[in-house]
Amino acid sequence: MLIAVALLALPLLSLFAIVAGRKDWAHSAVYAGAFLASVALISAGLEHLGGHLGAPTLELPFGLPWLKAHFRVDNLSALFLLIVNVPAAAASAFAIGYSQHLAERRRVTPFYPLFLFGMNAVLVADDAFMFLVAWEFMSLASWLMVLADHRRDENRKAAMVYLTMAVFGTFCLLPCFGLMAGHEGDYTFASMRLHSLGPLASSLVVLLALLGAGSKAGLVPLHAWLPLAHPAAPSHVSALMSGVMTKVALYGLIRILFDLHGQVGWQWGAAMMVVGGISAVMGVLYAVMQDDLKTLLAYSTVENVGIVVIGLGLAIAFKDDGEKNLAALALVAGLYHAVNHAVIKSLLFLGAGSVITATGHRSLGALGGLLKRMPWTGAAFLMGAAAISALPPLNGFVSEWLVLQALFKGPAVPHWAMKFGVPVVGALLALAAALAATCFVRAYGVAFLGRPRSEQAAEAGEVTFGMRWSLAIMAALCVVLGAIPVTVTDALSAVVQPLIGTHFAVSSDLGWPFLSPVSNTRGSYSGTVLVMIGLTLFGIAIALVHRIGNTKIRAADAWDCGTPDDNPATQYTGQSFAQPLRRSLGATVFRARETVMMPQPFDEQPARHQVSMIDPIWTGLYVRLARLVDAVAERVNRLQYLTVRRYLLMMFCTLVFLLLVVAVRQQQ
Amino acid sequence: MNLNSVLWQMVQIVLALATAPLITGYVRLVKARLNGRRGASVLQPYRDLYRLTQKEAVVAHSASWIFRAAPYVVFASAWLAACLIPTFTTNIFLAPAADLIALVALLAVGRFWLALAGMDVGTAFGGIGASREMLIASLAEPAMLMVTFSLSLVSGTTQPAEIVAFVLGGNVGIEVSIGLAMAAMVMVAIAENGRIPIDNPSTHLELTMVHEAMVLEYSGRHLAMIEAAAMVKLTLYMALVACLFAPWGMAQPGAGPVGVAVGMASFMLKLFVLATGLGLFETAIAKMRVFRYADFLGGALLLGLLATIFLYVSEAV
Repeated sequence: MLIAVALLALPLLSLFAIVAGRKDWAHSAVYAGAFLASVALISAGLEHLGGHLGAPTLELPFGLPWLKAHFRVDNLSALFLLIVNVPAAAASAFAIGYSQHLAERRRVTPFYPLFLFGMNAVLVADDAFMFLVAWEFMSLASWLMVLADHRRDENRKAAMVYLTMAVFGTFCLLPCFGLMAGHEGDYTFASMRLHSLGPLASSLVVLLALLGAGSKAGLVPLHAWLPLAHPAAPSHVSALMSGVMTKVALYGLIRILFDLHGQVGWQWGAAMMVVGGISAVMGVLYAVMQDDLKTLLAYSTVENVGIVVIGLGLAIAFKDDGEKNLAALALVAGLYHAVNHAVIKSLLFLGAGSVITATGHRSLGALGGLLKRMPWTGAAFLMGAAAISALPPLNGFVSEWLVLQALFKGPAVPHWAMKFGVPVVGALLALAAALAATCFVRAYGVAFLGRPRSEQAAEAGEVTFGMRWSLAIMAALCVVLGAIPVTVTDALSAVVQPLIGTHFAVSSDLGWPFLSPVSNTRGSYSGTVLVMIGLTLFGIAIALVHRIGNTKIRAADAWDCGTPDDNPATQYTGQSFAQPLRRSLGATVFRARETVMMPQPFDEQPARHQVSMIDPIWTGLYVRLARLVDAVAERVNRLQYLTVRRYLLMMFCTLVFLLLVVAVRQQQ
Repeated sequence: MNLNSVLWQMVQIVLALATAPLITGYVRLVKARLNGRRGASVLQPYRDLYRLTQKEAVVAHSASWIFRAAPYVVFASAWLAACLIPTFTTNIFLAPAADLIALVALLAVGRFWLALAGMDVGTAFGGIGASREMLIASLAEPAMLMVTFSLSLVSGTTQPAEIVAFVLGGNVGIEVSIGLAMAAMVMVAIAENGRIPIDNPSTHLELTMVHEAMVLEYSGRHLAMIEAAAMVKLTLYMALVACLFAPWGMAQPGAGPVGVAVGMASFMLKLFVLATGLGLFETAIAKMRVFRYADFLGGALLLGLLATIFLYVSEAV
């Protein structure tokens, strides 16, 4: 009921924004309304996860004439309601202040509630028709916001690529649901669950689901739109696109593969693990080379989606093999990471929004020293950077720990492909986690530490109260989700139970703070204990040094080996920080080449250092595909200039062909 | 939770701190002797640390609070990690709080802060050190996780104490993959501690330096904390190699005082053997170019991967 009211309120807010968009206060009012709707949806989600409400359903008499609109809220939906609406509440609160600075806000505010409506409606839809309509709401509303600042060429390109990929995704999901609906064409999820698929249809459904939902989630090689489109939108929208919309896509994937389809073969799980591993490494490799703060964050999303998909693939492989406990562990690990990434990535994008508000710059090359000028934003962003680098005791580490623990059990599946493949995926995952730390040390070190690299960065001031607090709350969530892992996995266990058929049991006589997923002796972790002991040791160290040592501090100029230079250009930049990685890994993956042009003595030209990189997936796949489409279109174009006689002939042939198909089917 | 485990944990917390400078001093002495010098006393690192704490700390104007907090975070994380590894007994209170994966991540916390501190002042040297430290870590950390993977496949656990119990239980013969894992682990340990051939701990003001460049702006008690953390880290890695690949002599839960004493003696012996080995190795080998690090550590990563794959090969044969 609460969900229905909140969902209905969102389109009304959107209407209001169109009508009253000229007034300053109207924008704040719309975002405040969106905030309240999100809070209502959070409380509904929490109530559902905490209690035993079962799965209430609702039928409404609209939609296609022969199909009513079906809605259903089960534990999976409730969990994703939280994943969507916690960041959404923070982003809405942030936007109350942030939207005042946006030049193009009249092209953003009306679509924002629609975007939230679409994402939430996907989660509660219980038939394919509603699901796809809501899915398109989500795509188109976000597309319009990507296009908000349409005067910039790169934004128009981003919107074009995004629209193409969104259409491609829906194009894959349509036949996917069609196959699951079967001959009778019953598009309710309830009948899809009962419907069993033949071997060919079963594989096709999985493939189409992976293509359709995977392109929305940003799996390599379908990720190309994501780093273009996410940064192009205003930051509070980027936060939701990157942190939340990719999760809605993963929800679609989980709904189809674990709930509607039911029995997916282990081969598909193995394939997903490989795709996830490659996405994780490629995503973070791209991220570590970026100069634009928001693009960097978008590429990091590709990495984290890859990690979640590794967990999902592992769960499928375990489930098919009958290892239900391990399947539950892997799925819990994947879902935990999805929760964490939603929180962390929205925090980081909102932090980037603060930086843009304060300085007007997105490029790392123009930032620097912001921690001193923006202590709140700086501290919150640091928390997000540490969490996404999988540092204990924060939340990012717990979920990666669980994924690794599940992965280390991967060879339990008795297939050689798994036995040899799992260590490789493990190596990819480990590499991605370590590179993520490098990526965020670089991003944070260049943007927030050191000396300012531009006037705007030197004069930056802290953002408004509301923006600060939404950052602070998300940062606090990173700590909380990491400090009480067992409570979180218990909640996720209720979600996983109907999908896998067994509870995820924390088998442990170690007590509450210890997370030990497989058995007592298998491996355990306790963030709570580590924090307590760590803080104690930290205190002892400080007390000891200040007791026996000299407590004086002298402020002075930087020493820099005796050759300090006031020019901030003498600092390490993002580009120079990435140079060792660019040379060692980028040379093979991106064909990175460096050319140094040193002028001769007495020549007054400036010296130049140029780096060229080629995106292997864009040039290797997308450009070729686009050329192919162009060539085919050129051929097909001739069909528009035929004589009437030929058109009639073609219609006749088509008719004969269709009649033949019908005849053959009736014979069977 | 039994009382003994709390007691031994306390002993280890103190031991980790107390022995670290000694081991560093001993390695320096070995290297000096091999170079034909007399070398300083093994107690010199203690004196150095004390001297540093007595000086005032100089902090650059451009530094933020991260610069001042980092030394303590780095030190506390290294110290905490050192408390978690079974050294003389597996019966320690904190053993279930972190497994090998968490241990790797805990060391990453220290590195994260140190690299940020290196970039905080905004000098070229700090940046160069941070960038290279993170390059080394991004290859060494996965190698370490692959070592963990192969050990967990052999022993069925990622918990160091349980691995020790498994090995001491006589469940494991000589395996190719354990040898490969050990080689990878030693390479990681060398890289993570900035020893030759990756970095030279005794150089200053060279363009090839990593760790020293990062901490160039530190002085006084801050530098003392960072130096102490580096010493603790070196001892910690030695203890880790000893614990995972040569746990013999270590006391198990239920061992009496004699067992613990044997454990303590064997631990000290292992430390000195490893420290002598490190001194010999560092004297015998030359430092590597920065852009060759990827080859060295990529080798460690592949060894770790091979270690897991060889397990199946030997299983199948």
